[in-house]
Amino acid sequence: MKLSTKTRAVTLSAAFASTLALAACGASNEGGGSTDAAGGSSSEEQLSGTLVGAGASSQQAAIQGWTAGYSSLQPDVTVNYDPVGSGGGREQFLAGGTDFAGSDAPLDDEELATAEERCGTDGVFELPNYISAIAVVYNLPGVDDLNLSPDTLAGIFTGAITTWNDPAIAGDNPDAQLPSTSITPVHRADDSGTTNNFTDYLSQAAPSVWTEEPDGEWPLEGGEAANQTSGMVSAVTAGEGAIGYADESQAGDLGVANIGVGSEFVAPSPEAAAAVVEGSELVSGRGEFDFAYEINRTTTAADEYPIVLVSYHVGCISYEDATQADLVKSFMGYVISEDGQQAAADAAGSAPISDTLREQAQTAVDAITSGS
Amino acid sequence: MSTSTPPRPDIAPPPLEEAVRSHKQLPRFGGSGLFAGGVVLGGLLSALTGFSWALLVVYGVVLGTLAVYVGSRAVEGKRKATDRLVTCLVVSAFGIAMVPLVSLAYTVISRGAARFDATFFSNSMVGVVGEGGGAYHAIMGTVIITALAAVISVPIGLLTAIYLVEYGTGRLKKAITFLVDVMTGIPSIVAGLFAYALFALFFGPGVRLGVGGAVALSVLMIPVVVRSSEEVLKLVPNELREAAYALGVPKWRTILKVVVPTAIAGLGTSVTLAVARVIGETAPLLVIVGITAATNFDPFDGRMATLPVYAYYQLTQPGVPPQFGIDRAWTAALVLIILVMALNVVARLISRFFAPKTSR
Amino acid sequence: MTATDAPPTRPRPRQQPGDRVFAGSAKGAGILILVILAGVAIFLITEAFPAFTADSADLPGGEGLFSYVAPLVFGTLIAAVLALIVATPLAVGIALFITYYAPRRIAAALGYVVDLLAAIPSVVYGFWGIFALAPAMVPFYGWAEDNLGFLPFFAGPASATGRTMLTAGLVLAVMILPIISAISREVFSQAPALHREAALALGATRWEMIKMAVLPYGKSGVIGGAMLGLGRALGETLAIALVLSVSGGITFNLISSSNPSTIAANIALQFPESTGLAVSTLIASGLVLFVITLLVNMLARYVVNRRADFSGAN
Repeated sequence: MKLSTKTRAVTLSAAFASTLALAACGASNEGGGSTDAAGGSSSEEQLSGTLVGAGASSQQAAIQGWTAGYSSLQPDVTVNYDPVGSGGGREQFLAGGTDFAGSDAPLDDEELATAEERCGTDGVFELPNYISAIAVVYNLPGVDDLNLSPDTLAGIFTGAITTWNDPAIAGDNPDAQLPSTSITPVHRADDSGTTNNFTDYLSQAAPSVWTEEPDGEWPLEGGEAANQTSGMVSAVTAGEGAIGYADESQAGDLGVANIGVGSEFVAPSPEAAAAVVEGSELVSGRGEFDFAYEINRTTTAADEYPIVLVSYHVGCISYEDATQADLVKSFMGYVISEDGQQAAADAAGSAPISDTLREQAQTAVDAITSGS
Repeated sequence: MSTSTPPRPDIAPPPLEEAVRSHKQLPRFGGSGLFAGGVVLGGLLSALTGFSWALLVVYGVVLGTLAVYVGSRAVEGKRKATDRLVTCLVVSAFGIAMVPLVSLAYTVISRGAARFDATFFSNSMVGVVGEGGGAYHAIMGTVIITALAAVISVPIGLLTAIYLVEYGTGRLKKAITFLVDVMTGIPSIVAGLFAYALFALFFGPGVRLGVGGAVALSVLMIPVVVRSSEEVLKLVPNELREAAYALGVPKWRTILKVVVPTAIAGLGTSVTLAVARVIGETAPLLVIVGITAATNFDPFDGRMATLPVYAYYQLTQPGVPPQFGIDRAWTAALVLIILVMALNVVARLISRFFAPKTSR
Repeated sequence: MTATDAPPTRPRPRQQPGDRVFAGSAKGAGILILVILAGVAIFLITEAFPAFTADSADLPGGEGLFSYVAPLVFGTLIAAVLALIVATPLAVGIALFITYYAPRRIAAALGYVVDLLAAIPSVVYGFWGIFALAPAMVPFYGWAEDNLGFLPFFAGPASATGRTMLTAGLVLAVMILPIISAISREVFSQAPALHREAALALGATRWEMIKMAVLPYGKSGVIGGAMLGLGRALGETLAIALVLSVSGGITFNLISSSNPSTIAANIALQFPESTGLAVSTLIASGLVLFVITLLVNMLARYVVNRRADFSGAN
């Protein structure tokens, strides 16, 4: 009896082991540097190594596009990006744990001071490499076209406007047949850059209605809340009369409102989003390569869409390690290139940066060195 | 045998009239017939108030139960009627519990089947935008982290169980038994926070490590291993131990050569069930292991993908357009369920095929 | 039965050095468990400590640790209690069905089927909750608002998406169902056969037999099982994180879209993107959860073990 038990046990474990061995041969879409050749950029120096970034989850989809495109240029470089959130990304970068950070907000003054310890006196670069329009999405059958002025939008999200046929909405949409459905405003439950930019827009564009400070976490109590962009989209899709805000690329079949800009109503689009960033002022008193923007939320230009999310890449101008410097320089060079921006647009639906922004960013990329 | 007096049956002898009446019984299929009648009535009612399957079932069951009670009460009397009523309720309770199970199985299988293909099992998410991609890296991550958790918890769990059954005495035994029980109730997210707190002390804040996940899972797994192994070891007949001692075998050899081999099937089952218990844990891995798109075989080096976390992130951050990510999430959920079920089946097979032939 | 609690007077075997090593390592493993449990508490306290001493304005929410954690504790309790209220009667019914109503040949198989519910990972329950259960509950919430609106629980306005506290409670109820029913099943099946047969011989119907011989015997087991279920429901994370629409503070309204979050769900949602003091605050809330579940489980074990002692002789 004992023998047979043992035999069985051996057979069973052998079966398990062989299953595992079969499985452990690597993912078929990974590994191996044999995919380059046709990559085209033979002129460029072939690098190898690992580049580690961490930060905002908002640009994670874009990062996937970038790493996919970049790996065809530099097959031996692995780019890892941890979507730990903007704050975490900045903290890990400043602590020296990562090579660059992705952040929905530029470094604050305190962090800039810490950055000197991390990067030395050459300071940091901050590049607005990921620009995405935040669409106001709604679910209201029968209404295909919706205009919302900033005050109306703020009124809906504070809860002051509760039905779709409210005079304020009717005033923005004189031609629409608005039902008496009650409005379910949906906001993000998690701490997010999207919420931060949306509330920043409301507080600047509709200061009389929206009195809260801009915040990554929704500042008001009550209302429907959804987790992550996908939760937002599915909540708005599920609830008739619901309205929310999400990356324009994620809006899917939902209605997208036109937002009041000056006397016009502007629909979100990549071009309009890129335009508003270009038309905004740089935050003053910062380093030479620190391109942190103060987004002009109250723009009146009809080709600019003011509700945008800008996500930065933050890194050092001077790295101690030459390989790291080369990697960062090469990767950032790809990210701001037309190919790179198109890859992000394909992967994440982001707005490609304009040529002016690219030229400006290129100066920073060129400046990246390995000091010692 | 308990010698305490059984609770005194406090049914008064039924009144004569009712006793006579209670001889009347519904015909053999009377109960089911009444129930069916009620269900038909419920169907009519739901058809009147706007047809829906949910309402049909609710009305049907309520009216069917009512019909059985009223019918039985009229024919058989109150006691029988109550008995039949309770039967209906108990059966419906089981039926209600089946609703989520069936609904869940249907949802997961129908939605998960879309991407249940070879690509899903052979590709990772590196360079995947939109369509395609798979969970190879997540499956490997889950296997590695769970195996590591088993490597940590099985020796500790088994030794503790051996201590409790073979050596333990006095207050230490009592304390360990009690705290192991309490430990089974530690919320999984707290285990994750513990692992994070532990590793953050050494590696600084923001640490994400596969081995941390294994530690968190071990916290959840150890008490399960201890409890079930303890039960199994207790089942080993004392005569075997005594016989070994009588032959002059030292105690530790008795345990290793007699007690453990006798109980090996049960121990295998309990370890497998413990693995099944933790393999689907999401919360601790979300906190301490994180997620990555690439395959990472090294649990001591940064983030790893694991199947539950992969499913969570594919659903909540599906990318553009979202449909492909959501499909992957459901397939991951399906694979996860299949894994857990397979482990349960393996556990039952172990206990069936490796069980020692006892004289029972 | 072969079940033997090691009797106090067992024959003493020969002592060997190997014995000491083996006994020592077994004892060490047992003590290690105590160390781990203490370690959980100590490390959580260490990492949460900054949140206790920090200026309340610096914490998330800006109003101090208590006002941050209080709504979470409330949400955790209400979701768990809701789950308990729904699951306990159902679980007792299922346990009775399997032990005393179902045909003997398939009873064990039916038991496995119910246990399958316990095998499903919580993230999958979350998926099911948002995609299947929540939409299915929307019509009911509308109806409840119209017809039961006088009760504070159904005051409305009814959620348009179904992602409410009641939905979360129902998902939790399904999840803890197998725990409560497994323990109830065990104690019900151990009800002394003599008592049961005596009741039947006196002419009791099946329900009367159960009422007299089974339920009194199994009562403490059911209570203990329910409390273990409560412990599980308190700590359940992802199902809630996915299903519940979290906004706002303490409310008894179960069908609106404004609900307090639960401690565990809040950690899962906020932790991946938190740093510094926010992490400490989350760990502090985890500590609170740890203490609550610890108390509930201790109480549950106390109740269950009390019964186990007296049944141990059978």
